[in-house]
Amino acid sequence: MSQDHHHQELGFIQKYIFSVDHKVIGVQYGVTALIFLFLGFCMMMLMRWQLAYPGEEVPILGGLLGSGWLPDFMSAGDVDASTYNTLGAMHGTVMIFLGVVPLGVGAFGNYLVPLQVGAPDMAFPKLNAASYWTYFAGGVVMMLGFFMPGGAANSGWTSYPPLSIFASNGQTVWLVGMVLLITSSLLGSVNIIVTIIQLRAPGLSFFKLPFFVWAQLVTSFILLLAFPPLEAAGVLQLMDRVAGTSFFLPTGLVQSNMPLEIAGGGNSLLWQHLFWFLAHPEVYVLILPAIGIVTEIVVNNTRKPLYGYKTLVYSGIFLGFMSFLVWAHHMFMTGMGETMSDFFQVTTMIISIPSVVVLTVLIITLWGGSIRFNVPMLFAVAFLPMFAIGGLTGLPLGLTASDIYFHDTYYVIGHFHYVVAPGTLFALFAGIYYWYPKVVGRKMSSFWGKIHFWGSLISINLVFFPMLLQGISGLNRRMYDPTFYEHGASIQSLNVIISYAAWALGLVQLIFILNFFLSIKFGKKVGDNPWQATTLEWATPTPPPHGNFLSEPTVYHGPYEYSVPGRTEDYLPQHVQA
Amino acid sequence: MEKLQYGIGLMPDLSTHGHGIDQLIYFLHGFMLLLFVGWGIFLAYTLIRFRARAGHKANYESLKSKLPKYAEVAVVAFEVFLLVGLSMPVWNSYKSDPPDEKEALRVRVVGQQFAWYIHYAGEDKKFGRTDSKLISDFNPLGIDSKDPASEDDFYSLRNFNLPVGKPIIAEITSKDVIHSFGVPVLRVKQDATPGITVPIWFTAKETGEFEIICSQLCGIGHSTMGGKVHVQKPEDFKKWWDEQERPYKKSTASL
Amino acid sequence: MSLDLIKYIEEPHPLTGITNSKLAMWLFLATEVMLFGGLFSAYIILRVGAPDWPHGSEYLNVPLATANTMVLIISSVTMVMSWASLAMKSLPKFKFYMTMTILLACVFLVIKYIEYSHKFHLELYPSTNNFFGIYFTLTGLHGLHIIGGILVNTYFLLTANKSWAEHPKMFTGRIEAAGLYWHFVDLVWIFLFPVLYLL
Repeated sequence: MSQDHHHQELGFIQKYIFSVDHKVIGVQYGVTALIFLFLGFCMMMLMRWQLAYPGEEVPILGGLLGSGWLPDFMSAGDVDASTYNTLGAMHGTVMIFLGVVPLGVGAFGNYLVPLQVGAPDMAFPKLNAASYWTYFAGGVVMMLGFFMPGGAANSGWTSYPPLSIFASNGQTVWLVGMVLLITSSLLGSVNIIVTIIQLRAPGLSFFKLPFFVWAQLVTSFILLLAFPPLEAAGVLQLMDRVAGTSFFLPTGLVQSNMPLEIAGGGNSLLWQHLFWFLAHPEVYVLILPAIGIVTEIVVNNTRKPLYGYKTLVYSGIFLGFMSFLVWAHHMFMTGMGETMSDFFQVTTMIISIPSVVVLTVLIITLWGGSIRFNVPMLFAVAFLPMFAIGGLTGLPLGLTASDIYFHDTYYVIGHFHYVVAPGTLFALFAGIYYWYPKVVGRKMSSFWGKIHFWGSLISINLVFFPMLLQGISGLNRRMYDPTFYEHGASIQSLNVIISYAAWALGLVQLIFILNFFLSIKFGKKVGDNPWQATTLEWATPTPPPHGNFLSEPTVYHGPYEYSVPGRTEDYLPQHVQA
Repeated sequence: MEKLQYGIGLMPDLSTHGHGIDQLIYFLHGFMLLLFVGWGIFLAYTLIRFRARAGHKANYESLKSKLPKYAEVAVVAFEVFLLVGLSMPVWNSYKSDPPDEKEALRVRVVGQQFAWYIHYAGEDKKFGRTDSKLISDFNPLGIDSKDPASEDDFYSLRNFNLPVGKPIIAEITSKDVIHSFGVPVLRVKQDATPGITVPIWFTAKETGEFEIICSQLCGIGHSTMGGKVHVQKPEDFKKWWDEQERPYKKSTASL
Repeated sequence: MSLDLIKYIEEPHPLTGITNSKLAMWLFLATEVMLFGGLFSAYIILRVGAPDWPHGSEYLNVPLATANTMVLIISSVTMVMSWASLAMKSLPKFKFYMTMTILLACVFLVIKYIEYSHKFHLELYPSTNNFFGIYFTLTGLHGLHIIGGILVNTYFLLTANKSWAEHPKMFTGRIEAAGLYWHFVDLVWIFLFPVLYLL
């Protein structure tokens, strides 16, 4: 069945640049997303300088970046208020839309879904390539903002109008970039859904799918239904900025005591509703693929079947569904009525239940296993308590009464970073270490991997835990000078600790980057199934050829048949007849 | 008045309604800590007990105990208690119980890039008509001087004087972009959205000078968009009130 | 290309009963429903919040829009006919009906252009008020969908000989999916017409 010979003739460009092979596209997504993650991380490190040493010139970089080739960016060599706002908005946008989502859905989804369902490729290979290149274009457009007069977008990643309507042209570029990114995500999610529904190998019924595939399916549906309203909102904001409409501009706006020449009659809160209707489900777009990856790795390294597979699947579906009903808990302080705030408090508490179930399922799976602590497993296990902190700290924010105090403080930053950084990103690291051998044919160094893990775990907690304390102490987010108010100045030492921890975290990532690239050449060579795993991606040659499987696999078992009694090996692959 | 002490921990609470909020925060964090520590110990124990080692094998059968189910139900029950027993009553009793308008001091709080204006209604307790078309550097709130109700109106910039122990109703709005009127020591936070006016209320328990902090990104000057709440003894407040100039008062000469 | 390895391109999947492209089209239409749903809700919120909102018929040209509604409905019929022709294995008939569909779509755009230029002549722009803002945004976005449809249909028309000769089943499936899209675009207009012009 393999068409391999016939593909050898493809030139370099067709094979590696404009490829339609889902694996190449997956790797393209992965590498691009990692580059953007690194860029977003650098933006954050600049902000951390300002937060630790407000108003001081940034050493070395101040001269390099402030020399004027980026207009209105660090013009005096320090991170001034306008630069800080730009960095804040772009850090959020880059990390979420150009980093984590493309890595979790674009890279892992693309590479693994066809393999795990036993398909030769995605259902629409050309559409897949189109999706990647649209994402790439969106990313480039987004970055072009930095070269615009007035700098890139600076109204927060949430882009609340009217502020975003008054902002410099970087915001227009941001909107155009967003429309491209949304288009890319929609194309990608259609492809993933069709692949999962239509192209499963014979015998692979829905309840034999690895949980990772389920997570991708739910994620794709969330993307499919949540992104278009943001696209609608983006179009309306673009009209406000470019065509002079007043969709988000109420009557009687005045700037610098000069009445504005606009028609008025708009509604600023309309944007927030449309935005959060996407952006809350987006959180589950970030976390579900992570849970999928963690499940695969935890089960594989526990060497026993997953506890409560169906419970986990139903929880995932329920999470996806509920994620559409909680958006206004981001808007408790806008002055909504009691009925509304009660409704959204209740839905917010309800959505915490499946998260509790997910954690319980994973930890009970560990019970009775024979747990191997390799690098992917370390990251996957660390995900559990980190995600737990992220989830728990959501409670005070999801309850309106305590939200009065915590809204817009560093508590919010600490909370969602615990979910996304040591949560999702740790899971993504786990995934990279776990599937790297399948892609490259060699393992990443386990010694340096362990140093990367412990270094990251310690420093990332030193970054985000103090932020929770800052929030409790009443420090507001998005302040370029945290010492302006007395209570902020009194806890400034926390900011210094956080900044050093953040830079240490950056250094530790250099180890990862070196390990990632050097292992391509120097890593330990491995066979087709180095982790003794059961799912279908390990039934292919390493690295898998174009077309994936040598012959179409037939599936006989559920995804996690480990330590089946009466077998010499402690794993029973899905495609092997017992 | 004593100087407030800041540091790591909740900021001092000087409002009459803040007690419920703080209680909820303490209670929540106690619950979170308990859950996390208990759960963390269980995780650590599991990881150590079931680590791979010579002679140890994984068990194909899953845990049969009903314990995890009970634990989940307990967590859910506790969340319901937090929601129905603590958060909703605190929020709803606060939000649905505005003070009596006759006894309260009503002010308008108007945000702009990057300052707060406080509009006092004067002795007649009626705000003069405002119109955004009248706004200029000399009339930053756009108060209509033709409206008789405006005669005793006055406003102040960045300084919010109010009497201790008296309920305050503040109507929050904005002229340009979205701001948020936050006074953490009074446990008050409300977005100031242009085109919308939202009333909030609070009563200060003690005198002193507290920070107003803009709590919604509003542009380049956001982090310095502050102000001061001056909570004064009633007699001091009265004195301050009487000293204020009434810019819209028709001069007696024109009568 | 590993195209020949991917299943259910021509034959429907035994369980779902549809081909890949048809499923994908339905999913894509779901995103479109959410997109226009978002815009319609924005319209409702803006209109409910406005102290006064002009009646569409006072400012917009109802006869022209009615004509346009008819044009689109007929083009939907010709689109169905073009697919039915392929199902009955007649390529020339397909070409005729597909050409008709494309021409009717162009007629729609011409009428729309007349409407737009008349508005601009009267100095009615998107910035005039939110009624015109939402009118231009919604009809503009719908117009882009029409243009997209014209491009895709033209591509199918130009490559019809080759596709029909090589993969007749796949080609018929593609025309069916394109038809789904085209009917959706019509349906959006059938919502837009009363909402903007009549209410």
